[in-house]
Amino acid sequence: MNKNVEIKNLLVKKQLKLDCGQTIQDFPLAYETYGVLNEKKDNAILVFHALTGDQFVSGINPITKKDGWWSYAVGSGKAIDTDKFFVICANVIGGCLGSFGPSNIDPKTKKIYGTNFPVITINDMVNAQFNLLDFFEIKKLFAVMGGSMGGMQVLQFVSNFPDKARIAIPIACTSNHSAQNIAFNELGRQSIMADANWVSGDYSNQNKNPEKGLSVARMAAHITYLSKNGLQEKFGRKLQERDNLKFSFDADFQIESYLRYQGSVFVDRFDANSYLYITRAMDYFDLVKEYNGNLSKAFEKTKTKFLIISFTSDWLYPTSENKEIVIALNAIGADVSFVEIETDKGHDSFLLNVPDFLNTLKDYINSSYLQNSL
Amino acid sequence: MKPEFQIISNFIEKNTRVLDVGCGDGILMEFLKKNKEIDIRGIEISKNNAQKCVGKGLSVIEGNAEKDLTQFPDSSFDFVILSQTLQAFLDPETVIKELLRIGKKAIVTVPNFGFWKVRLHLLIKGTMPITKNLPDEWYNTPNLHMCTIKDFYNFCHDRNIKLDKALALHDEKTSSINEINLNVKNLSAELGIFLIGK
Repeated sequence: MNKNVEIKNLLVKKQLKLDCGQTIQDFPLAYETYGVLNEKKDNAILVFHALTGDQFVSGINPITKKDGWWSYAVGSGKAIDTDKFFVICANVIGGCLGSFGPSNIDPKTKKIYGTNFPVITINDMVNAQFNLLDFFEIKKLFAVMGGSMGGMQVLQFVSNFPDKARIAIPIACTSNHSAQNIAFNELGRQSIMADANWVSGDYSNQNKNPEKGLSVARMAAHITYLSKNGLQEKFGRKLQERDNLKFSFDADFQIESYLRYQGSVFVDRFDANSYLYITRAMDYFDLVKEYNGNLSKAFEKTKTKFLIISFTSDWLYPTSENKEIVIALNAIGADVSFVEIETDKGHDSFLLNVPDFLNTLKDYINSSYLQNSL
Repeated sequence: MKPEFQIISNFIEKNTRVLDVGCGDGILMEFLKKNKEIDIRGIEISKNNAQKCVGKGLSVIEGNAEKDLTQFPDSSFDFVILSQTLQAFLDPETVIKELLRIGKKAIVTVPNFGFWKVRLHLLIKGTMPITKNLPDEWYNTPNLHMCTIKDFYNFCHDRNIKLDKALALHDEKTSSINEINLNVKNLSAELGIFLIGK
């Protein structure tokens, strides 16, 4: 990772009691902002990133030199218009782009934490990021939004801070991880742990890196982000730069080559232990259980206006799971909208150029902002 | 503006919670929001229309009223509106039951299949009637259960559904429907507008 890039960092002085029981203090929270906070401070949008995302939502990511992960949605004139709104995004704690995470030095041992890092939860991530509101002196955010794990953070945020956002847009997410979700995450974790270079999480102290394991974890996960039709249409059985099968275990098929590439570029930008910690946080997420089996109770105190969005071809966080959130909100008469966007791009749809999705998002955000300022 | 909308608006009191079932592209919701201080929600089956509504900032959920009304608690709305949609359901009877469960009152508007022009069309031409309110051909119409004003009136009567108001609409003119003039209104009106309750 390029250490020369300047990353904005908030040193959180306030104590934060983690769900695991430990308390952390004086920890770094890396963030990025886009656009300008207006005088009334009523145009701020807090965006939460997904599992492998980071604070670099839009523009060029200074680490990877590629487009920010939500460049299709966030930017000048886009769905989340940075000419109008002040967009804040922080790297989650447990992450590896500047926020307090397993690749930090443990002050006690003077060594990199590795698996000595405390297990964190979605609740911990959200509570840590709440400090950004104080830092920017924002009384109430205009919006909180995010897809996938970002959507889980949206739900947790509104439940923890019912009066701190005017609108909330959880996209392609769930109120608790299904057995299938946990199973896929476990597959990824076991792949990392099976790499001899993982050395029980101590690889950084020993100048090793479980690249193979992390890369396979990414390959497996990547399949879950796409749809069968999407894959078939893009790759089918097409061969990779060859006319015939080679009768070997090379990447004969384009899909093999594509996945290998996805795995190999991922290890350059992501820390294996962070992958373990963040997937664990997702698995532990269960807002239904937190409210004793009644999801509605999570939102009882809020006046926040919700828009829930799902995608037809998303089988990782299917429409049915998104709808459960809608149902819980309707059961208490909360203000909720819901649309299911037709697309074959799978779970990844929220990151891609899906016009129906981006247009709906844009119009909803803009009209809601107007309504609020009347 | 459709005269139907104005009548619906007159039925609705201030500071109430309203649900528009089958809200289309949100045109009635917008009208009511502008004219009344109410908290209005919608449910719409068409993706395209639901997206349009949400884009206008209306609180609309994409869903099928025949399945998705179950998520609303009893009496969670003061008024539930069903504007010219009843005939498109597979099971209109259950939908009406649901409307009266989740709403304290329901406003149902029915395109009248007993309207004289409709009857004449069938009588003279011998083909399925096509009118302003019934613009589709028999093979592509979304309307599965057409009924007349008289049918709906009797439907409510037979089930002890209270008819608070029953209006007939023709050429932007409204008149009350009652037991005595029922047959006349059933012939002369294009649309029936009913305010019903348990």
